[in-house]
Amino acid sequence: MARIAGIDLPKNKRGEIGLTYIYGIGKSTAQNILAQAGIDVNKKVKDWNDEEQTAIRNIITGEFKVEGQLRSETQMNIKRLLDIACYRGLRHRKGLPLRGQRTKTNSRTRKGKRRTVAGKKKAPKK
Amino acid sequence: MARSIKKGPYVDAKLEKKVLAMSEGTVKKGVIKTWSRRSTITPDFVGATFAVHNGNKFIPVYVTEFMVGHKLGEFAPTRNFKSHAGGK
Repeated sequence: MARIAGIDLPKNKRGEIGLTYIYGIGKSTAQNILAQAGIDVNKKVKDWNDEEQTAIRNIITGEFKVEGQLRSETQMNIKRLLDIACYRGLRHRKGLPLRGQRTKTNSRTRKGKRRTVAGKKKAPKK
Repeated sequence: MARSIKKGPYVDAKLEKKVLAMSEGTVKKGVIKTWSRRSTITPDFVGATFAVHNGNKFIPVYVTEFMVGHKLGEFAPTRNFKSHAGGK
């Protein structure tokens, strides 16, 4: 069992996919890491020997910010925006998109599930 | 973001002059009234207070070091959304 950066990697996946289970490592970063460690990307996680595991571990701890550290950095960045009360910070507070997208429709990712307002189905007749 | 970073920060010349004059002490310290929402906040601005126009009135903005790199306009919202009518 390979345990890297506090995460148990899935045994039966190829190395390049297995590494993406770590927060902060996507496919291309995984490929970079494996290339640097000199490991075939198709080699399954369970087939890595101890040496290869330490090599990977060293590369990750040396060059990348992953998991908790990365999460806290992201949180700090958001907190900074909130604290200085700039436009992006205000949008974070309201849970609306930050980058000028439309909010008349869509932007459900930021706004969450639809909250239907009673009596809003038709425009009220005068 | 990338392209505008390449082009470098933009600060209205008039505004920059005012800020520098104030930090040198040639003009007495106070609030700087400005319409220049497009100006980037540079490290020189830290500690100054601006009154940034939002199209209707001037919003006081005290500049801290975390604000460097943002534009003045980001701190003076132009829209004022209260809440939707109804909903009890």
